[in-house]
This record gives sequence, C-alpha cells and structure tokens, in this order.
Amino acid sequence: MKKLIDALKHHAEGDLLPLEAARIIAEESDLTIAGIEDTALCSGILPARYARNRNTISIDEQRMLFQSRVAVVGCGGLGGYIIEELARIGVGHITVVDPDTFEEHNLNRQLFSKIDTLGQPKVAVAAGRIKEVNPAVTIVPVQDVFAGTNGRGLIGKVDVVADALDSIPRRLELAEVCEKCDIPLVHGSVGGWYGQVTTQFPGEYTLQKIYSRYGGERGIEKDLGNLSFVVPLIASIEVSEIVKILLGVGSTLSGKMLSLNLLDMEFTEITF
Amino acid sequence: MLCGTEIVMSVSSEKIRIFLKLFASLRLERFDAANREYDPGTSVAGVIRIEGLPEKEVTLMLVNGKHVECDHTLADGDTLSLFPPLGGG
Repeated sequence: MKKLIDALKHHAEGDLLPLEAARIIAEESDLTIAGIEDTALCSGILPARYARNRNTISIDEQRMLFQSRVAVVGCGGLGGYIIEELARIGVGHITVVDPDTFEEHNLNRQLFSKIDTLGQPKVAVAAGRIKEVNPAVTIVPVQDVFAGTNGRGLIGKVDVVADALDSIPRRLELAEVCEKCDIPLVHGSVGGWYGQVTTQFPGEYTLQKIYSRYGGERGIEKDLGNLSFVVPLIASIEVSEIVKILLGVGSTLSGKMLSLNLLDMEFTEITF
Repeated sequence: MLCGTEIVMSVSSEKIRIFLKLFASLRLERFDAANREYDPGTSVAGVIRIEGLPEKEVTLMLVNGKHVECDHTLADGDTLSLFPPLGGG
C-alpha cells in the first residue's frame, strides 16, 4: 500500500492523478485502474477526470461516490442516460439489467443505440461504452428480465436502485423488491411531452400510490411515444436524486413526485 | 329509504365550487383548468364521471396538492388535479 501511495504521489500533478499516470502505475503493478483510483481518493488525490466536479463535490465525497453501488433496471431511454451520467460523475459500481437488444425505433432517444449497435444486447453495449468513458467504473451487465421472483438476485447488494423500466407492473415488482431489500428507489417515467420523478425510501410506498388505480402494462406513452429531449431530462433528475442519496446531501423527492409538462412548461410537485 | 348521501344532498341544495385542473395528455382536446360546480357530496370519481373523462386514463388524483383516492369527497373551494399514467422508460 505504501508503495502505491508513493507511486501516486510521484505521478500526481498537484493533487490530481492523470489517467495516463494511473495506467503507468497499473502496468508497473498488478493493480486495476479502479483499485489505483480508489487508493488515490482515500489518499486525497483526485483522478483528473473529476477536476470539474471538485468545487461542488469534495474529494471525500468523490470517494463516497466511487465506493457506492447502484443498480439501473432498464437500459433503454432513461437507463442509457442514467448509466452514462452515473459513470461520468464517478459512481464506482453500476449493475445494469435489461433483456433486450437494440432496435431501430430506439434510435430517436436511446443514448447507446447506434446504427452499428442494432441487434446487440443493450447491457453489453452499455458496458462497452462505459469502459470507454470511465475505465475505473465496474459495470455489471445482466441480460435478463427483471421480475419480483428473481429481482433480488439480479440487482444484488446496492445502495440505490434506479427505475428505468418501461412496464408499470414490472415497476411495481421493482418497488416491492426494493421494499423487501430495504433499498431506496428512484423512479422516473416518460410519455410524450411529459415525465415524472420520485424517490421512494422503504416504507413510503409512493409508487404503489401513483399506480394504485391502474391495471395496464403501459401508460400514455403507448399512444404518445417518447421524445429525445424528455428522456434525458427525467434521467438527469433521477441521477441528481441518486447522488444526493449516496452523499446524504440536499433535499430529495421523498414523499413527493415531480410532474413535468414540457409542452406547457409546467413543473408540479405532488405530495403523498 | 334514504341513504346517507341523499340525506346530505336534501339538506343542502347549494353547489360546491371546485377548481378542476387536468394534467398531461388529459388536457388534449379538453381544457387545462376550469371552475366547476357540483352537488355537495360529490366524490373525485363522481367528477371523473360527470366530466366524461376516461376512467382508465385518470390514475393519480390530488386535492389541494395532496394525493387522495377516488372515493374522496370534495369540499367547497377544493382544487382537484387529475393525472394520467406515465409508464415509458
């Protein structure tokens, strides 16, 4: 450990660790980039990719994010942006669950869909993308259908779960699994010009209240579809909620739901 | 034999005034918000029925900004907000 800390101090530029330096240390040792950056953060040295975070997120908070684990259930529209933003902000361990492959109708909004990824598993494409963006992040792709029966095993031991599903019954199963596993759940959903976000801590049952009257599989998006600019907005609000939960800062949408109408530019907060 | 609701309605003939707000796609080809009058004792489900809103498309109901169930009885001066289900990801 002392040898690694000495190497970090030797290669650091001030208190920043350039990626190239982490790579050199990795080549000279049997350590991974993730392991090197974890030790750096514990030693007050900031991986240089986070330099623009530092006036808002301290080195200690950056370490907290890096040592956090988040499961993103759904790797389509919302999921793609949530995964990208979690990796860029520096969440160290991301589990991604989705059974699907990319199809042409995903191209209007799903970040990881490209012409040359059509037909490929969404979770595998996501894992490849994140390795290119932030190689210190451990991403666990799970190509499977989330359900109440297998959910606990699929998401594993995580600090927060992000709901990026496209099925209302599956969402309610996810809420039930999170309740049983005592894990906070950040919910988002979209349809047409509209979106909504809430954060549900164990015991709150907010999702069950939101959908209590509805027995269908899909909501208004069945008719309205989903638009390119609505999806990343809702995903970004979900990520801000996740980061606040992981760091224990700010105010969340616990016990509330934020409803967004981009057609009339109305943001409405609902209390449960 | 009169039921409870009929008794309430028989002693008060004045209408209750409700500010009704529709959200998201419920507005399309309808209205954003409107002042309405209903019989005393009218529930949220009653408003949905009277206004001819598609029952299955109204899944979230608020009175004065707070979540209620569809059997909630409205009071004079309440603001009722109705939302459709969103499920896309």
